[in-house]
Amino acid sequence: MSRDAVTIRTPEGIVFALPLAGPGARFVAWGVDLACVGAVGSLLATAIRGLLGFQPDIAEAVGAVLYFGLSILYGLVLEWVWRGQTLGKRLVGLRVMDEEGRRLQPSQVVVRNLLRSIDVLPIFYLVGGAAMLASRHWQRLGDLVACTIVVRAARTDPPDPDALRSDKYNSLRGRPRIEARLRQRISPAEAALAVQAIVRRDAIEPVARVAIFRRLAQRFVAAAEIEPALFESVPDEQVVRNVLEIVLTRPGRAGVST
Amino acid sequence: MILDLPRFLASERPFWSELEEWLDRLETDPHRTMSLEEARRLHYLHQRASADLARIQSSAAEPQTRAWLEALVGRAYGEVHETRDRTHRLRPLRLFLHDFPRAFRRRAGAFALACGMLLAGTALGSIALLVDDGAREVVLPAELASLSPSERVHDEETRRTDRLQGQRSRFSAMLMTHNTRIALFCLALGVTYGIGTAILLFHNGVVLGAVAADYVADGQTRFLLGWLLPHGIVELPAIAIAGQAGLVLASALLGRGDGTPLRERLAVAGRDVGALAAGLATLLLWAGLMESFLSQHHEPVLPYALKIGIGAVEGVLLVLFLSLAGRRP
Repeated sequence: MSRDAVTIRTPEGIVFALPLAGPGARFVAWGVDLACVGAVGSLLATAIRGLLGFQPDIAEAVGAVLYFGLSILYGLVLEWVWRGQTLGKRLVGLRVMDEEGRRLQPSQVVVRNLLRSIDVLPIFYLVGGAAMLASRHWQRLGDLVACTIVVRAARTDPPDPDALRSDKYNSLRGRPRIEARLRQRISPAEAALAVQAIVRRDAIEPVARVAIFRRLAQRFVAAAEIEPALFESVPDEQVVRNVLEIVLTRPGRAGVST
Repeated sequence: MILDLPRFLASERPFWSELEEWLDRLETDPHRTMSLEEARRLHYLHQRASADLARIQSSAAEPQTRAWLEALVGRAYGEVHETRDRTHRLRPLRLFLHDFPRAFRRRAGAFALACGMLLAGTALGSIALLVDDGAREVVLPAELASLSPSERVHDEETRRTDRLQGQRSRFSAMLMTHNTRIALFCLALGVTYGIGTAILLFHNGVVLGAVAADYVADGQTRFLLGWLLPHGIVELPAIAIAGQAGLVLASALLGRGDGTPLRERLAVAGRDVGALAAGLATLLLWAGLMESFLSQHHEPVLPYALKIGIGAVEGVLLVLFLSLAGRRP
């Protein structure tokens, strides 16, 4: 039983995981939402005072009712319209989803938001927090009844095939022994690490990038027992790219083509 | 490693992008109707992305692509495999005028049960007040217990100043928000399998019964009706509707042995609970206005007969609305 993700098996037999949001992230999103309701409520109150300043009693009453309506409807309407997201959830990268991965229904949004009045009891979502700790998927009471979960919806960038492509001469290519050793001795995890280093190279600080590629290159050279002459005066990053080109392409294919 | 990752990414990426565009479009406009060709294309793209995910899962080389593709397939799965009703548009007017009365009638049994709980409390409150002298201080709210009904009526009818002068709207807003909060709480207590809802309804009934018995026993029935009817004729049914919604929720949680899965029972109940919540909140807005602007005026400012008449008209209109509105689909 994992609390990190909900695993869903599709009728096609494909298994995918929805990463669950923990109490910390949800608390931050709730804080943002609270601040949003407060800010919008203050703006409304100011606007109403400006419009109905000559009738302070009515202005205050309208402000109180609007603020109350806003606090009740904020989560409900936004989650309905934005398919499981409020402003706070958008900023933190969370989304309310059906616990079976299907489309979120309005009835689910209504129920989970109406039950908020129980979850917040007695203060600071203590009831909801206790329910989250006791539930399998970090669900508060409203989620349990509405059959919803809150997942991390932060979208990563789509994979870029060009990031792994190298047009430069690969001094390791055409050497069957080295190619075989590389394929045998470099684990999928190490290859994955190298792919990540290349894909994210521009996001890594230059000094750290040099250090990372140096360590990866040293590891690969040692693992495959590559003669120094083959990588002399080749930058570490290029060594890593050359190694990946060997590891990630099928044997016998010369270079990467589309 | 069997998978030629760069080649795989280059060849499949256009299909993933197309699927992503489709999903963005559907999420932006969930009411979009697809042609058969479009639906087939979406289904094909989903299956292709699923197959790609299966291939990449067998190769642990690229966690980023895998995570990204899992998220994409997850989104597509939600669209392709959804068999429930399409998402409804948010239409507040239709919700109140159509969905609310229909849900009310559909769940009439739960309403009757909620009324029964309220009435049981009312009966107990009345009896307790009439047979036990000490009950008055215990059951009645402090502001009502401090004066006998006759003293209060005398106070109200001889008062020369309006105690709500300049704050009537604020008082009204306070009543609206407070009553709606309590009613929604009563509804939400349905999650306790209806036990919390029943207790809250019963308790409200006890207080109501005690107040009514106190005034009737003191010969102030006319004042009582003139005071309570203009807002109570709407407020009390609204509280009962909150109880009704709580019981609907409880009934879905408990099930009735018909074998329907919990999530399906909750999905059906959730629609009615939402409509009932919207309806009762609207009724309580009206009740708040009436309580502040009408109920607090007594004779000689407003004749009791007029207040009782207004209450009766409201009651008839409410009954007509709940029994007739929304009959056309």
